[in-house]
Amino acid sequence: MVVSVRDTDWDGVRLHVVTGKGGTGKTTVAAALALALASHGKPVLLMEVEGRQGIAQLFDVPPLPYEERRVAVAPADDSRPGGDLLALAVDTQSALVEYLEMFYNLRQAGRALTKLGVLDFATTIAPGLGDVLLTGKAAEAVRRKSGGSPVYGAVVLDAPPTGRISRFLNVSSEVSGLAKVGPIRNHADTVQKVIRSPQTVVHFVTLLEEMPVQETLDGIAELKEVGRGGIQPGGIIINMVRQCPELPDEEAEGQHELPALEAGLKSAGLGEDGKLAGDLADELADEARTQRGQAGQRRLLEAAGQPCYELPLIPDGIDLAALYRLARSLRDQGAA
Amino acid sequence: MSAKPTPLAIDQLIDDRRTRIIVCCGSGGVGKTTVAAAIGLRAAERGRHVVVLTVDPARRLAQSMGLTTLDNTPRLVADVKGGTGENGQPGSMHAMMLDMKRTFDEIVEAHADPDRAEQILANPFYQSLSSSFAGTQEYMAMEKLGQLRRADEWDLIVVDTPPSRSALDFLDAPQRLGRFLDGRLLRLLVAPARFGGKAGLKVLNAGFGMVTGVVTKIIGSQLLRDVQTFVSAMDTMFGGFRERAEYTYRLLRMPGTAFLVIAAPENDALREASYFVERLERDGMPLAGLVLNRMHRSPAARLSAERSLAAVEALQVMPESETTALTITALRLHAERMRQVAKERRLADSFSAAHPLVPVAQIPAQPEDVHDLDGLRLIGTTFGQKAPGDAAGKG
Repeated sequence: MVVSVRDTDWDGVRLHVVTGKGGTGKTTVAAALALALASHGKPVLLMEVEGRQGIAQLFDVPPLPYEERRVAVAPADDSRPGGDLLALAVDTQSALVEYLEMFYNLRQAGRALTKLGVLDFATTIAPGLGDVLLTGKAAEAVRRKSGGSPVYGAVVLDAPPTGRISRFLNVSSEVSGLAKVGPIRNHADTVQKVIRSPQTVVHFVTLLEEMPVQETLDGIAELKEVGRGGIQPGGIIINMVRQCPELPDEEAEGQHELPALEAGLKSAGLGEDGKLAGDLADELADEARTQRGQAGQRRLLEAAGQPCYELPLIPDGIDLAALYRLARSLRDQGAA
Repeated sequence: MSAKPTPLAIDQLIDDRRTRIIVCCGSGGVGKTTVAAAIGLRAAERGRHVVVLTVDPARRLAQSMGLTTLDNTPRLVADVKGGTGENGQPGSMHAMMLDMKRTFDEIVEAHADPDRAEQILANPFYQSLSSSFAGTQEYMAMEKLGQLRRADEWDLIVVDTPPSRSALDFLDAPQRLGRFLDGRLLRLLVAPARFGGKAGLKVLNAGFGMVTGVVTKIIGSQLLRDVQTFVSAMDTMFGGFRERAEYTYRLLRMPGTAFLVIAAPENDALREASYFVERLERDGMPLAGLVLNRMHRSPAARLSAERSLAAVEALQVMPESETTALTITALRLHAERMRQVAKERRLADSFSAAHPLVPVAQIPAQPEDVHDLDGLRLIGTTFGQKAPGDAAGKG
């Protein structure tokens, strides 16, 4: 067995669930994390469950079918070649057909029932059934073996947003409560075992803004409460962190600033615009306010008791090169 | 060449007494709820009697309106400055947050006799359906909207849409839930005997054993029994569900309704906004326009990023001093902001190139998050703008 040269913060974790408020770049971070994990050499599976085809857009490939497809190869590590990154878009219908086939040899019937709308009906009628099928697929991929060893080094699940994550992951319990007996309950129990094991953690993606930070803190608290200690919160990944210029001391602000700016602009050849110094001073003041706010949010996150990682803002949009860069950054910080 | 979109003046929309409902939709994280609250406050301070219905449980938003929490009952927002309406009458603002379970319970209580209502409320299937069914939130948001409209206590309802996986969900979900609850398959599954006599359904009946068999396999017989009990208890209300969903859908298409698609100047949000605009147009929904939230502006837009950075270079060859260091910081910051402004303008332009007829309003980015009514008020001051882009557009 190959032992990693350097420890990461999540050694032993095989299922990385990534959540975050809408607009925080959850899918991008999940993809970067998957790439970083694949750079250890083993194949990694990146899954999405919300039918948005976000992964396909990110890797610039055609929409993903219900099938594990290679979308990238991780960059080579110092000594080893990088592992493959596979991606899968899971939907409840296909997962249910697959489930029926696996457990009851009902593939043909499953197709017929899909046409009749029966499966749509079943996933609709049984609250939580859809979610248990989705998490079930992730659990299956984590446990899948070939020749005695796991097929995937890790599975990264691009999960529903923070507001729904606890229910999504705990849903197997909800189903267990609902279907008091029956195969779905057994299935749900198996899935819960994976989710509630040290092999699984839930990472939170946030920005340095109040709303997403508050949601992250609430989400972590809720996860602890709903999971009753069984579901592990993972890291907090602060995304799109802007490189902030260093500003003059607050005391200097507003007092010497204006004359200094006037003098500076004059020597730079921009002296003819008398109002420019004042306008730029306003921009500096805005920046100072923003930076103070961000520092406050960062302190709140750091006090949450989970490891924090930061990813830089990439102004020109996310392409494959940018994903590699983010993956590298996650590795350097020990997140993968 | 870029075509200039028609400017959308939100003030005109809220001053028009015929506007009775404003629906704010868009993908998550674009500041939809804040915009909805700002529109509500602005309208109230211009003399309208407004209720804001939000589905976002953000405490901070409640606090910014001076309320400790938001719940399923409209609460009066204090400190709304009145008297600026056309007729000099002071306006008012209420705010509430949708509690989907409570709203569902109320429908049951209103439509079933007490015994039956109790039976339904205690049913495990009902409890799951009312608290976690995908689509219940959307359905109940629309239901609540219908209730508020029927109550006729407010002359303007501002609603923001649930953070669905797709922003389009809330249009479809109510009908889906209505269809589901009224659905033949559900009735068939629950009471096959009723259909026994009809010759046309023989084929369906032949396969029925397999259908119930599979459904039982999937969901378990206990759940099936719960569903059966639930359905027979709800029987009297069933027809009502689709009707109600259709009522709200019709309400949304009426001329008194205005849809605002909210987006941030980012690729993903604008792509979602495009889908939304297309869908609203296809459905014949009254689209008022696009609101671009958090647009960056510069008070010194006359100084381009390029000239700003050239000045930095000029300063860098001069002797170091605090003055030059400060000026370099300010100029770099300005260049960064100008690039941001340019990028956002490009994104806005490409949206308008694809949707030239959609009016556009812009809300400037605020340096800080909104904490109080003044913050919301500040956002509202931009609603009267005549030509978006002009503030940063010259020079």
